Amino acid sequence: MLRQPATSTQITHLDRLWLYVLCGLVIVFLIAPTLLVIPMSFSDSRYLSFPPESWSLRWYRAYFGSLEWRDATVVSLQAAFLTTIVATVTGTLAAYGLHLARSGAGRLVQVALTLPMMIPVILLAIGIFLFFAPLELNNSLSGLVLAHTVLALPLVLISVTAGFKSFDMNQEMVARSMGASRPRAFLTVTLPQIRNSVISGALLAFITSLDEVVIGLLIAGGDKATLTRRMFLALRDEIDPTIAAISSLLIVLSIVLLAVSQYFQSEPRD
Amino acid sequence: MTLALDQIATGGTASGANEEALRRQAHGERRSMLALTLPALLLVGFVVLIPIGWLFWLSFVDKSGFTLIHYQRLLHPTYLLTLRTTFELAFTVTVVCLLLGYPLAYLASQLPRRWASLVLLCVLFPFWTSLLVRTYAWLVLLQRRGLVNTWLQKLGIVEEPLRLVHNFTGTAIGMTHIMLPFMVLPLYATMKTISEDYMRAAANLGASPIRAFWQIYVPLSFPGLAAGLIVVFVLSLGFYVTPALLGGGRVMMWAMQIERSTTVYADWGAASAMGVVLLVITLGILWLVSRLTGSAKLGEAR
Amino acid sequence: MATPAEAPAAGGNRSASLPITIERLVKSYGSFKALDDVSLSIRSGEFITLLGPSGSGKTTLLMVLAGFVRPQSGSVRFADREVVLLPPHKRDIGMVFQNYALFPHMTVAGNLAYPLKLRNVPAREIAGRVERALDLIQLSAFGERRIDQLSGGQRQRVALARAVIFEPRILLMDEPLSALDKNLREQMQLEVRRLHDRLGMTTVYVTHDQREALTMSDRIAVINRGRVVQLDRPRELYERPATHFVASFIGESSTLPIEVRDGRASFAGAPLLSAAPTPASSASSFLVLRPEKLRLLADAAPAEANVIAGHVRQNVFQGDSIVTYVRTASDHEIAIRRSLRTDEVLAEVGTAVRVGFSAEDAIIVPADADAPQTGRP
Repeated sequence: MLRQPATSTQITHLDRLWLYVLCGLVIVFLIAPTLLVIPMSFSDSRYLSFPPESWSLRWYRAYFGSLEWRDATVVSLQAAFLTTIVATVTGTLAAYGLHLARSGAGRLVQVALTLPMMIPVILLAIGIFLFFAPLELNNSLSGLVLAHTVLALPLVLISVTAGFKSFDMNQEMVARSMGASRPRAFLTVTLPQIRNSVISGALLAFITSLDEVVIGLLIAGGDKATLTRRMFLALRDEIDPTIAAISSLLIVLSIVLLAVSQYFQSEPRD
Repeated sequence: MTLALDQIATGGTASGANEEALRRQAHGERRSMLALTLPALLLVGFVVLIPIGWLFWLSFVDKSGFTLIHYQRLLHPTYLLTLRTTFELAFTVTVVCLLLGYPLAYLASQLPRRWASLVLLCVLFPFWTSLLVRTYAWLVLLQRRGLVNTWLQKLGIVEEPLRLVHNFTGTAIGMTHIMLPFMVLPLYATMKTISEDYMRAAANLGASPIRAFWQIYVPLSFPGLAAGLIVVFVLSLGFYVTPALLGGGRVMMWAMQIERSTTVYADWGAASAMGVVLLVITLGILWLVSRLTGSAKLGEAR
Repeated sequence: MATPAEAPAAGGNRSASLPITIERLVKSYGSFKALDDVSLSIRSGEFITLLGPSGSGKTTLLMVLAGFVRPQSGSVRFADREVVLLPPHKRDIGMVFQNYALFPHMTVAGNLAYPLKLRNVPAREIAGRVERALDLIQLSAFGERRIDQLSGGQRQRVALARAVIFEPRILLMDEPLSALDKNLREQMQLEVRRLHDRLGMTTVYVTHDQREALTMSDRIAVINRGRVVQLDRPRELYERPATHFVASFIGESSTLPIEVRDGRASFAGAPLLSAAPTPASSASSFLVLRPEKLRLLADAAPAEANVIAGHVRQNVFQGDSIVTYVRTASDHEIAIRRSLRTDEVLAEVGTAVRVGFSAEDAIIVPADADAPQTGRP
């Protein structure tokens, strides 16, 4: 079986065994550490042994029982949801406008809108902190949402633009020729068909906001502290095992969101 | 064309005038489409361009007006050491990601669809997991009584627990984990476009599998390879979270220095100057690479 | 490039070509038999075409020769050397791929030099040979061009040059002209044949275009469903097809089912006389008529064997000839191709006519298993 050719140039599986082993190790490297957190979070000891010597839910209780952790979670979720809405709407509209414009100025706009991806986050963080201070947007939900939206915008833009590439704009023209106004045609004809890429973009926006650390570190303080900020500070000072419980929940959330996004990407178009 | 000349002779007709108006209307329509991008542009302008611009300005002024002193201070050994550490770490991470990521991307591109999807899922999964969570996972795994040390001792490979965390090594391991998907995905995208016929032709012409790989396959993978290397390197340069947590204060990265100047010392001059330097280096590398890959068109690797 | 083909010499001189012996090749993909016990002897220096429809196995056979497909069983020998287990990069044969597979990251000269570099030819000699190769394909100024700057026809020529620059003794070609437009294709067919004549290597050519095969080949192996159905020179294949499949695949023809009684063959009552031996029974035999071998007989001509009655259904003008479709009483169709003479009067649609042909031109073939029965040309 190993002596069967793996390629048409007659390289056998045996010849490539080292490749399979190496890649297997790399894959383990990629997913094992993250997954290991989940069982470790049920460990009773502070040192989070694996396999856990004794099982307990104490770290989960610590998480759910703590007012500060709960508040931080609420802030993060609120910011994530609002960011998703704002980023998806503005990003989709922008992608739509860019797709229709197709002019030289459009390319410039596209570069401008993907700029946040190219600038190091720490720089954005201190700049926003500086700028928001006099505007009293620091330590506020609206400031956080503004900052996160700008980070999520390029992702929504790229996702929806890809969706437009495989959509035939003639359909919209047909709708308009039948009497629909531009907005109506967009909402009833175009949007349902690029739905998958919009949803992908929205999911990316959500996870980007929820997982965002650096900006939140600087501008989300006080009672508007994000979950990630609290986690970061707790980790920097000492390794609080409660983090394991929170991490496990976040991992499960990631798996769910990844599964949902995969589902929407592979869903056949109508 | 002849029609137009006729019309010039007769002083213009209705169709000539319409042409002008139609063109203007089409142009105007396209322009107005750009208006849809306005909300997004305003956001980016407000949240990105203004703050960055302000930072830029701050780096060149202090109480006495225009000055280069903030940049001059950056020539101090501590800053240079930080810069060196940053580049060392970025370089190390990039090389390790290359060594681990290239084989994985190659294998994924050769596998039948179902297996390839599985491999890609394993690569995407870290992507969707919080950066903080992944860093935390390594923090727990690499500590003295952590899983890695326990197993190494159990297997008899080492006697004393290794110092794997709160140092350069731990930071490098953690960052490699974070950056690997950024190396694999563009590589995979390019590799999928490399037709198997090229390797067959190479073999038929007499190239052994090894020669064919280095002389034909690797050059054809350059676009994805370059993209992966650049993204990983540039991201690593500006990275904050993982070095801050896994470095234990001993690995001072440029981004950490920036954060410190702001939150601890409130030294906006230093922070903004450092930020501008980081930005210039980042954008400089991106620009350089786009020039290199743009002018040396390798032809389509179909 | 190489000097014209030398005869296989005694004394150890390298001959320009090798014979290929293929014995009992079997290649299956699951339950699908791509090659079903194929044997073939290819002579040294000949130009042989593997002709067949898609899925017939012709490309699979070529790939086995190239080393990219391993058969389940069977033997392939280049002269006396068994090569079926030899990896492709050790076979030292030339190959032109259907989509050329020219390396996009190398220039034209780089592509041509590559096989020479692999064989450790000294650099100066490489330069000279590349230059001569470029001359041969009339692309002398194109050495430094990149592949994506070439047209389809130019790429084809570069692919050809790259495959022969190291003087292989066997050349394989996998439908190399299929991407070209008609005029260019016909021009290249002659070019390829001339190149073969000049260099003298054994050439195995795969195509589904029967016209191309007839134009270029010394011999043609007609392949269908993983088997060699007939191996012959082009003329023989055309005039004496062995089966219904070959008859209908090569050239145009009208096929009519025949009955055999008491050792005599007939079609719809009309007696037939064939130069070929009469088959024993009428179970699945066909009469194959080439359109250009048929005549429209005047009514007064004596009626003997090999005359079929019908009426004209359609006349189709095709530039250099006219095709007349005649429908028989038994509702079969016969096509007759005649070149136009200005004074000739066309038989009008609906006229009763009689179609005549000689005994040599009455081709009788057995049906292939599972072959569709049809009377259409």
